[in-house]
Amino acid sequence: MSEERNAKLASVEAIRDGLATTDYIASRGIGTAVYVAAQLVKPILVEGPAGVGKTELALTTARWLDLPLIRMQCYEGLDEAKALYEWKYGKQLLYTQILKEKLGDVIAGTTGLEAAVDRLRDQADVFYSEDFLEPRPLLKALRQPEGAVLLIDEIDKSDEEFEAFLLEILSDYQVSIPEIGTVKATVPPFVFLTSNNTREMSDALKRRCLHLYIPFPDARTEERIVAQRLPDIPERLNRQLVHFIQALREADLKKLPSLAETLDWARVLMLLNADQLEIEMVRDTLNVLLKFESDIEQTQGSLVEMTRKAARETEGRPSRAANA
Amino acid sequence: MRPTLERFIRALRVSDVPVSVREGLEAHEVADLVGFADRDILKHALAATMAKTEDEKDRFEECFERFFARDELDSSALDAIAEGEDGEGDGEADPGEAEGETDGALAPLPLADMLLAGDGPAIAQAMEAAANQVGVSEVRFVTQRGVMARRLLDEMGLRDLERMIWELRRRAGEGDRDRADRLEAGRRYLLDEARDLVARQVELFARPNAERLREEFLAEARLSSLESRDLERMQRLVRKIAKRLAAKHTRRRRHARRGRLDVRRTIRRNIGHDGVPFDLVWRHKKIDRPRVVAICDVSRSVSAAARFLLLFLYSLNEVLAEIRAFAFSDRLAEVSQTLDEAEAAQAIDLVLETIGFRPTDYGRMLEDFDENFLDAVDRRTTVIILGDGRSNNTAPRQDLLEKIYRRAKRVIWLNPEPKPFWGTGDSEMPRYVPYCHLAQVCNTVKHLERVVDDLLELAAKGA
Repeated sequence: MSEERNAKLASVEAIRDGLATTDYIASRGIGTAVYVAAQLVKPILVEGPAGVGKTELALTTARWLDLPLIRMQCYEGLDEAKALYEWKYGKQLLYTQILKEKLGDVIAGTTGLEAAVDRLRDQADVFYSEDFLEPRPLLKALRQPEGAVLLIDEIDKSDEEFEAFLLEILSDYQVSIPEIGTVKATVPPFVFLTSNNTREMSDALKRRCLHLYIPFPDARTEERIVAQRLPDIPERLNRQLVHFIQALREADLKKLPSLAETLDWARVLMLLNADQLEIEMVRDTLNVLLKFESDIEQTQGSLVEMTRKAARETEGRPSRAANA
Repeated sequence: MRPTLERFIRALRVSDVPVSVREGLEAHEVADLVGFADRDILKHALAATMAKTEDEKDRFEECFERFFARDELDSSALDAIAEGEDGEGDGEADPGEAEGETDGALAPLPLADMLLAGDGPAIAQAMEAAANQVGVSEVRFVTQRGVMARRLLDEMGLRDLERMIWELRRRAGEGDRDRADRLEAGRRYLLDEARDLVARQVELFARPNAERLREEFLAEARLSSLESRDLERMQRLVRKIAKRLAAKHTRRRRHARRGRLDVRRTIRRNIGHDGVPFDLVWRHKKIDRPRVVAICDVSRSVSAAARFLLLFLYSLNEVLAEIRAFAFSDRLAEVSQTLDEAEAAQAIDLVLETIGFRPTDYGRMLEDFDENFLDAVDRRTTVIILGDGRSNNTAPRQDLLEKIYRRAKRVIWLNPEPKPFWGTGDSEMPRYVPYCHLAQVCNTVKHLERVVDDLLELAAKGA
C-alpha cells in the first residue's frame, strides 16, 4: 500500500499529474513543495490570499493518496483539550457510580484507610486508560495506522501558546500525555497548515515547516481550472470571464475576487445560459464576485469597458490561432 | 556544488532573507534531492525551504535569478572559438592530434583544452570552483571589482594560458598561429566572464551591504538634518520599523491570572458533571489593542522634522488599526482620512500644503481639540503629541492639556529639541511637562522606535 503511495510521490511531475486526476491543477511550485515535503517528511505551511485553494490542496492530496483526512479548524481560544485529547469525564463519572459496589468488594476486608488506598492503587489506572480517552484531531492523526493527511486550517487564528504547543508535533510527530506517556506516530502524517496571514507566524514554527505561497493563478491556469471543474462551460465564456476577473484583480479593491469567486460566478453565468459576457448580465451578477458595497460601486464606472475588453480578448485569440 | 550553495545561502542572508542554520542544512538536503538539472524546480524547492514570507519570496526570487544567471551567458562566444577547431581539420580527431603536437614543446593545459573544445559547462564549473577558492563573496565594495576578477583568473591559471599563447606565437608554426589566435579569443572571453561573475557578486553581496550601512546611518541621524533625497529610503526604514512594532503589539492577548478562581464560570462549566468541579476556570484579564491619538506639529518651527514626523504618523496609521491622526500649525485638523487614502509622499505633501508651515499656536490647538475631538480620548487611549512646544508666546492653555491628561490613559510628548532648549525663548515645554506621563526627546528614528515600543508595551501591560 505504502509502496503504491511512494510511487505516486516519486517525482514532481508525477505529483502534478496525480493531483490533476483529482481535479486539482497544481503549479510547479505547488508540485515541488509537495514533493519535497513528502521526501523529507516535513509539514507544509501554505499561505496566500483567501480562496486560492489552500485548503483544497490538502483535501485533494488526501483523496488522491487515499488517506483519511483529519481536519482541525483553528480559532482563538483553541487549547490542548480540544486539539489533542480529553478525558471522558461523563463516562468516568458514570462508571465510578455504577462500579461503586464493585469498588466496595475490592476494598472489602482491608483494615484502615491506608490499606484500602493501597488496594485501590492497583486498580486506579483503570479510569485513566485508553477507554476513557477521547482523542481529538491531533492524537487521531498520529494514531492512524496507514498515516493520514492532517490539515491544520487557519493556524493564524489560533493563539501563540497553541502555536508553541504544535512545535513538538510538527518536528517529531509525537506528543506527550502526562497520564499515558509519549505517543509517537506510527506513520508520520502528511501535515498541511494554512494561514491567511492575519498575523505573522512565529519563526520557530516557520523553521519547522516548508513554506508554500500560492498566489492568484494566471489566466491560463485559471481557465484550465474552470474548464476542469465545470466541464460544460462554453470555451468562449470561460475565456472572457477569466480575462474579466484578471483585469478586476488589477484594481484597487478591498477584497479581490479569488478562484472560489471565479468558480461561483462561472456557475451563475451558466445557470443564466450565457455563452458570452454581456454588460447587463455582468452588472446583475457582480455581487457574486465582489463582497463589499464600496468595491461594487467603485467598479461600476469601468464595467462597460472591462466587459468589452474581455470580449475583444476572445475575438483576438482564435483568429491568431487560425493564422498560425 | 556544496560551496556554491553555501555561497548562495550567504547571498540570501545579505539580501535580508534570514536563513537559519537548520534551514541551510535542509537546503543542501533538498538540493541533493531535486538536483541541479531543472532550474525551475530547484528554485521552487529552495524557496520552500528558505523563504518563508511573501516578501522573502520576492527577495529570494531576485537573488536566485542573479546568482544563477551565469548558465545562459556562455554559448555564442565559446562556439566561435570551438568552431575554428572544427573548420580546421577532421573534427573529432583534431584535439587529440593537436594535443600530441603540443605535448612535445608545451605542458598540456586543462584550461586551454577546455577553451579549444568549447566546453562551456566545464569552464563554468572551473570558474565556480575558483570563485569559491578566492572567496569572491567576500567582496564588500564596488571598487574591489578589478582586483577580484584578476585574482579569480589567476586561480584558474590565466598566467599559464598567457604563457602558452606567447609560446605558440613564438614558434609561429602553421597550426600554432591559428591556435594562438583562438586561445587569445578564449582569454578575452574568460576576462569578460570573470568580470561579469564578479559584477554579479558585487550586486549580490556588496550592494545590499552598502544599503544596510546607509540605513543604519539614517536610523541614527537627526531628523532635522536629513536631506529630502533620503525621504524614500527613510520611508522604507520607517515602514519597516512601524511594521515590526505593529506585529509585536497589535495582537489582543489574554493573560491568565493564575490563582483567582472564576466561581460563576466554574459552576456553569461543570453543570454537566453534576456540579463536581472538574474544570476550573481562572479569571482572565483581556488586554485591548492600544488606541492611539496622535497629534503632530507641522508648523514652521519644526519644519525640518515635520516631514519625518508625518511619515512616522503615516506608517503608524498603516499598521495600527485604531489610531486617529491630527496635524496642526495653529488650527487642528484630523488627517486620518488623508493618510488612509493617499500614498505616503503625496499624503505628506497634502497635509503640509493645507495646514503646514504657519506660525504655531499650541493653545489654539488644544482649544480645538477640546472642542471637537475630546470624545476620541477615553481611559484606554494613549495620546501622543509630536512637537517642539514653541507656541509664539500665545496662551499655552495647559489647563486643557490637564483635562486630556486626566481623561487619557497616557499622554506622551515627543520633542525633537534637545532637553536643554526646553523652556528657552517661546518654548512652553516646562508648562506642559507636568501633564504628560512621559516627555521625551525624540529626534532620530531609533528614538522614535524605542519610545513607541515602550508605549505599546505599557499599553499591553495595562499600566
